[in-house]
Amino acid sequence: MVKSTSKDAQDLFRSLHSAYSATPTNLKIIDMYVVFAVFTALIQVAYMALVGSFPFNSFLSGVLSCVGTAVLAVCLRIQVNKENKEFKCKTIVTNLGGIVAMFVIAV
Amino acid sequence: MAANGSPKPEPMAAKKASPDLLNSSFSFKSLKLKTKQQELLLRVSILGLVYVLAFIARLFSVLRYESMIHEFDPYFNYRTTLFLTEKGFYEFWNWFDSESWYPLGRIIGGTLYPGLMVTAALIYWTLRFLRFFVHIREVCVLTAPFFASNTTLVAYFFGKEIWDTGAGLVAAALIAICPGYISRSVAGSYDNEAVAIFALLLTFYLFVKAVKTGSLSWALGSAFGYFYMVSAWGGYVFIINLVPLYVLVLLITGRYSMRLYVAYNCMYILGMLLAMQIRFVGFQHVQSGEHMAAMGVFLLMQVFYFLDWVKHQLNDTKLFQTFLRITVTSAILVGGIALGVGTASGYISPWTGRFYSLLDPTYAKDHIPIIASVSEHQPTAWSSFMFDYHILLFLFPAGLYFCFKRLSDATIFIVMYGLTSLYFAGVMVRLILVATPAVCLISAIAVSATVKNLTSLLRTKQKVPQTGSAKGVGSSKSSSKVTLDQSQPFHKNGAIALLVGVFYLLSRYAIHCTWVTSEAYSSPSIVLAARGAHGNRIIFDDYREAYYWLRQNTPTDAKVMSWWDYGYQITAMGNRTVIVDNNTWNNTHIATVGRAMSSYEDEAYDIMRSLDVNYVLVVFGGVTGYSSDDINKFLWMVRIGGGVYPVIKEPDYLVNGEFRVDKGASPKMLNCLMYKLCYYRFGELVTEYGKPTGYDRARGVEIGNKDIKLEHLEEAYTTSNWIVRIYRVKPPTNRL
Repeated sequence: MVKSTSKDAQDLFRSLHSAYSATPTNLKIIDMYVVFAVFTALIQVAYMALVGSFPFNSFLSGVLSCVGTAVLAVCLRIQVNKENKEFKCKTIVTNLGGIVAMFVIAV
Repeated sequence: MAANGSPKPEPMAAKKASPDLLNSSFSFKSLKLKTKQQELLLRVSILGLVYVLAFIARLFSVLRYESMIHEFDPYFNYRTTLFLTEKGFYEFWNWFDSESWYPLGRIIGGTLYPGLMVTAALIYWTLRFLRFFVHIREVCVLTAPFFASNTTLVAYFFGKEIWDTGAGLVAAALIAICPGYISRSVAGSYDNEAVAIFALLLTFYLFVKAVKTGSLSWALGSAFGYFYMVSAWGGYVFIINLVPLYVLVLLITGRYSMRLYVAYNCMYILGMLLAMQIRFVGFQHVQSGEHMAAMGVFLLMQVFYFLDWVKHQLNDTKLFQTFLRITVTSAILVGGIALGVGTASGYISPWTGRFYSLLDPTYAKDHIPIIASVSEHQPTAWSSFMFDYHILLFLFPAGLYFCFKRLSDATIFIVMYGLTSLYFAGVMVRLILVATPAVCLISAIAVSATVKNLTSLLRTKQKVPQTGSAKGVGSSKSSSKVTLDQSQPFHKNGAIALLVGVFYLLSRYAIHCTWVTSEAYSSPSIVLAARGAHGNRIIFDDYREAYYWLRQNTPTDAKVMSWWDYGYQITAMGNRTVIVDNNTWNNTHIATVGRAMSSYEDEAYDIMRSLDVNYVLVVFGGVTGYSSDDINKFLWMVRIGGGVYPVIKEPDYLVNGEFRVDKGASPKMLNCLMYKLCYYRFGELVTEYGKPTGYDRARGVEIGNKDIKLEHLEEAYTTSNWIVRIYRVKPPTNRL
C-alpha cells in the first residue's frame, strides 16, 4: 500500500513537472511573482509568531497585501492565459494592455 | 421589450398608428426614430418617471408637518453630521463625546458607521460649492428619498442583468413604492438604512456582474461597493455571509469557473482590506466568527483553483484521482484544525448576541433583555408581511418558478438572496427591509415574463393572417401555431382577460402602497397628531417643547436622567448631557437607571446623587391617551434593572401576574419613583368628561395613589399636554 502510493506520488510529480515546463514563459514569470508574494507573507507570519503581533494593523496590512497581490496576479494569469477560452468574449477589456492596466489599478 | 422577438410586428404597428400621429404636432414618424431608439426613449422616460416617483412618494410628512428629523436614532445621526460639517473630518473621526453616558462618555469616532454622515456632508458641501446655501438639516431630511431614487436605478440594472430590460423596469417601479422599503426611507428618516440598502443592492449588482463577465474592473467595483456598505450599516454581515454562501452553492452545483475565482477573490481581499479602515469594524474580518465563512470559502476557492489547474496540467485521470484524494483530505484536516484551535482558544470570537438571535430567535428573550425589548426585533406577523408586500407576496413564488426555469449564475444568486433574506425577515420585523429588494426583483421577473408571454400570444394572432414567419417568436409557440388556429378566439380573449387582470393587480398595488405610506409610515414620532372633537387636526408638539425648555432654562452643565429612548433627542435638541441614550452599549449603566426608576424615592435619590443627576425626564401619556409612554415601558425597566441588580424583582410590581396602576396595584408599584413622577398632581386633574379625577386615559383606569408627595425632587416643567414631565433633583438638605 505504501509502496504503491509512493510510486503514484512519484508518477504524479514527474507528470506535473513535465506538464509545467510546457507553459509559456510569461505565465511562468507571473507564477514566480505569486510564489514570491506568498513567501513574503509566510515570512511575516513567522515573524509575528516569534515577536508578537503588536501592532496588529501593520501585520494584517502586510500579510493581506501580499496575499492580495498574489491573488490578483493569479487573476491576471487567468485572463492572460490563451488557453482559457471563456475570457475571449466576456472581459470588458480584451487586449493585453487593458488587462495589465486593471491589474495595476487593483494593486 | 421585443428584444428577442422578431422586429417585424413593430414597424407594422407603427405604420398603422402613424396616420393618426401625423396629425398631432409631435409624431414619432416625423422624428424618423427607429425601433431601437423608440425603445430607448421609452425606457429612459419610464426610468425618469420612476426616479421622480420614488422621491415624491416619500414626502408625505414634509408636506403635512414640516421638514424635520423623525424618530430617535436619526437625531444622533443629525447631531454627528452637524459636528462633521462644523468641525471637519479629522475632528469627527477622533471625536470623544462627553455629553452622553455621563460619567463614562462615548467614543463616537470609533463606534459609529460613518457612511451616512459622510454622504450627507458630501452632498451638503457639493451644494454649497454650487452656491446653494441650504441648511444641513434639509440635506439630512432629503437624503433618504434621494438614495431611494438611486436604488430604483440600481434595481433596473440588476433586473436587466438577471432577466432582461423588461424585468428591470418592473423591478424599478415596484421598489420605488414598496412599503417595506418606504418604511425606513421616508423624508426625515435619516437613518443608516437610507443609504445602506442602496449600497447593498449596488454591491450585489456589481458582484453578479463580476461573476458574469469575470473582469477585474467589475470585481473592483464590487469591492468598493462593499466598502461603502460596511461604512454605512452593521447589516454588512449579511453580505459577507451571503456572497460566500452563494459561491459555495455554485461550487457544489458544479458551476466553478475562472470568472467566479477572479470575482470572489478580488472582492474578498480588497473588500476586507477596505472594510478594516472603519474603526467600528476594526479587525472583525479576521477575528470574529461571523466573518469566518468568507475566509473559509476563500481558502476553498484556492483549493478548487489548484485542483483545477493540476487536472488541466496532468490530462490523466488516474493520477489526478490520487492527487485529489491526498489534497482534499489534507485541506479538510488543516482547515478543521485551524478552525477548532481558533474557536477553542477564543481568538475567533463567537457570534455576537445581535446576530446569534437571528439563528436562534429565543436566545435574546432568555439572555439579553435589552435586545428583546426593542419592538423592531420581534418576530414578524403575517399581517406585517401582507402590509409591507401586498401582491409581491404571491408573485414571489411565481418569480422563483421562472428563475428555476432559466438557471444561470445570476438567477441562482437572486434566488439565494431572496430565500435567505425572507427567512431573516420572518425572524425580525426590521429585516423586512433587507428582503424587499430581493422580493421586488423576483416578483418583477414573474410579472415581466407573464406579461411578455401574454402579449406575444396576442401578437401571434396578429401575425397568423400574414405569412407565417419562421423566425422564433417570443413565446416560442411557432410550431404549434397551426393547431392554435382553431382555438384562436379563446386564446386571444383569455390573453386579454389575463392582461387586464395583471394591470388591475398592479394598480391595486400602487393604491395600497400610497395608502400605507400616507397612513402608517409618514409620522414623525416626535410630533403627534390626533383628530379633535370637531374633526380638526390637533398637533401635540410636547417633545420639542420640553427639549427646548431644557435648552433654555437649565444650566449648560446640567445632567438629565431619562429612559434610554430619549437620550439622542435630548442631546441633539436639548443640548444637555444625558446618562444613557439609544446606543445601549453599556447594559449596567442602563440597569442602574432602570433601578433608580423602579426604587422608592429615597434609594433612587442615592443613585441619582451618585450619578450627579440634576434633572429627570419622564414621558407620560395619561392625559392624551398616548400609549408609548414610560409607564407602559416600565416593566422593561424592571427587567433590565433586575437583570443586573437582583434586588429588583419583577413579581414585586405585578399583582397576580398582571400589571396594574389602579387601587389594586402592588404597594411597590404605587410608590416607586416612576409612578410618583408620572402621576404627581395628576390626581387633581379631570381628563375625561364623566370620569373621576385622576383617570388615566392610556391605561383606562383611575390611578391608585392620588396623593403623591415628593421629598427629594421638585417639579420643574410639564408640557402643555402633560406628555413630558421634567423634575429637578434637589440638593441634600443642610444639616442643622
